[in-house]
Amino acid sequence: MDDANARYYIRFSLAQRYLHWALAGTFLGLAFTGMTLRFSTAPWMQSLARAVGGFGFVLFFHKFCALILTVTFLTHVADLVYRIVGKREWSLLWGPNSMVPRWKDLQDLIGNLKWFVHLGPKPRLDRYAYWDKLDYWGVFWGMAIIGFSGYAMWFGSFFARLMPGSWLNIALLIHGEEAILATGWIFVIHFFNTHLRPENFPMDLTIFTGRLSEEELKKMHPEEYERLVNSGGLQAIAAEAPPRWLNNFGRSIGAAAIFAGVVMLILMAVAFIRE
Amino acid sequence: MKLATAVLFVLSLTGAAGAAGIDCLSCHAEKASAKKSVHGALACADCHAAIRAFPHPDKVAPVNCASCHAGNASALAQSVHAGAGGPTCLNCHGDPHSILPAKDSQSTTYPANLPRTCGSCHGNAQLAKQLGLQEVYSLYMDSIHGFALTRDGLLVAASCSSCHGSHDILSSKDPMSKTNHVNVPQTCGTCHAGPLRDYTSSIHGQMLQAAPEEAPVCTNCHTAHQIAKVGTAEWQMKTTATCGGCHKDEYATYRDTFHAQVSALGYQQTARCWDCHGHHDILPPSDPKSTVASGQLVSTCGKCHAGASASFVKYDPHADSHDAVHYPALHYSAVFMNLLLASVLGFFALHTLAWFIRSHSGGNAGTKPKESPPE
Repeated sequence: MDDANARYYIRFSLAQRYLHWALAGTFLGLAFTGMTLRFSTAPWMQSLARAVGGFGFVLFFHKFCALILTVTFLTHVADLVYRIVGKREWSLLWGPNSMVPRWKDLQDLIGNLKWFVHLGPKPRLDRYAYWDKLDYWGVFWGMAIIGFSGYAMWFGSFFARLMPGSWLNIALLIHGEEAILATGWIFVIHFFNTHLRPENFPMDLTIFTGRLSEEELKKMHPEEYERLVNSGGLQAIAAEAPPRWLNNFGRSIGAAAIFAGVVMLILMAVAFIRE
Repeated sequence: MKLATAVLFVLSLTGAAGAAGIDCLSCHAEKASAKKSVHGALACADCHAAIRAFPHPDKVAPVNCASCHAGNASALAQSVHAGAGGPTCLNCHGDPHSILPAKDSQSTTYPANLPRTCGSCHGNAQLAKQLGLQEVYSLYMDSIHGFALTRDGLLVAASCSSCHGSHDILSSKDPMSKTNHVNVPQTCGTCHAGPLRDYTSSIHGQMLQAAPEEAPVCTNCHTAHQIAKVGTAEWQMKTTATCGGCHKDEYATYRDTFHAQVSALGYQQTARCWDCHGHHDILPPSDPKSTVASGQLVSTCGKCHAGASASFVKYDPHADSHDAVHYPALHYSAVFMNLLLASVLGFFALHTLAWFIRSHSGGNAGTKPKESPPE
């Protein structure tokens, strides 16, 4: 992976990597504060809340992370709008470079399921795998559900002017449930699919360095590689090998984030079983 | 009473003298302290009535306190302490020749000393166990009453006898007992008149009239001997569980709320039962004066939630997501979220597991997949 002679290609822009850091950091911050409330009867969650400075801090930090995450999300949406409407990058709306689901995603899913049980070859993935798209759209769904319900509770008396107060009951319920879905998804499924699965273990550094090697591109995104070779677009995204510091930075902070997530997952799982 | 005074006066003329003018102190010099006791004016023979001549036999009949204190003796004989093995006068009043009046600060029955006196038995864990009682002395000493009385010397604070009586202590099972469940409010109300007034008109107080055995009284919430200062965080944190001991459904639904989550984490800045319902003066929501009557909610919720409106108070702090009849929107939201979680996480957990197994079984983990077609 660190082979300095290998050729590297850009997959994520620096801005996208920053957004991922912001997303990952605030997500962990939200999970660590929010889960103390969701599982408030578990002694370790009580200790955690005390350790970070008590309930006042828990709520402050939760709201703080929520604001940063909202800004992160809106930055991405603004960027999308700019690229689609301003720069007319229609490929963002449809095709292999778009996050919009297409038939191939379902075929890849079925193909992968068949591969799991030795009934077929590994599907040839394009730029985005179906699990990448689920990761991506999960944030949209999550922002809609958890963001809206969270702001509704934060500004409860204002919210109640627009909607019946009884909706605040629903807001807390779905906020907590969606939080479990989101953390379960990220700490189990995203971590495994992207980082911990044997092919990528212990992590895929692409989101941290922004680039992958030719070997990785060929192996993980064969359709995309083939298309780039045929269209001659490969040279446009060629990059130098990631500097060692960047690899190490990605490895250490990334590993810390994955470790923190797995620890929280265990704390949640035990608390959930006890309930 | 007059007769007793007259008798004491006559006896006092005789000094520390026995029958027939014998000077008892010439032999029993160590009993001279008796002169300073509450009985100092009495002659030895007034109590040691069996001794009629000198020299007296080695063994004489025991002193009978009841010969003067007939009322107390008969009260004791009716009390929970009556009978063989029970305490005698001296167990509580101490050395017979040094008995002091209860208002003397050295007396064993002085209010501030009384807990220790009673505690000589009721602070004995082994004895308590033997008698099927609680070891209450240490509980009391750490209570707001015990602290005020014995450490601050606040003599109006409740001592043992304030609630239990003294010679006439009855088992709390006895309907006449001051500490019988039904009588507790009146007993506590002797000092706590304000709470008694509020309680009497509250739903709990009304229940005491209708179904006395089931109604909560002071001790159900405050305990009997461990009564804590209600302003302390420690006590306040326990109150929801206390109310929840009877109000099980309400406790369960409360625990689904943000209020309860904050409380369970160990923080006070949140609504617990009595923040909304009141405490001694709790009234049912059907009573327009109740803090949780529909007309009062805006002001009750508004204590914490600035800007609470008629719509805001439609929030139900006891909503039950399992109850499809009363909370259909909440219930079906919960059903939807549960199905979503179970299906998404369930499917992808299996997906992950299958992938993990496949990666290890194909012998191609971390390498180029065998099936990968040629480029």
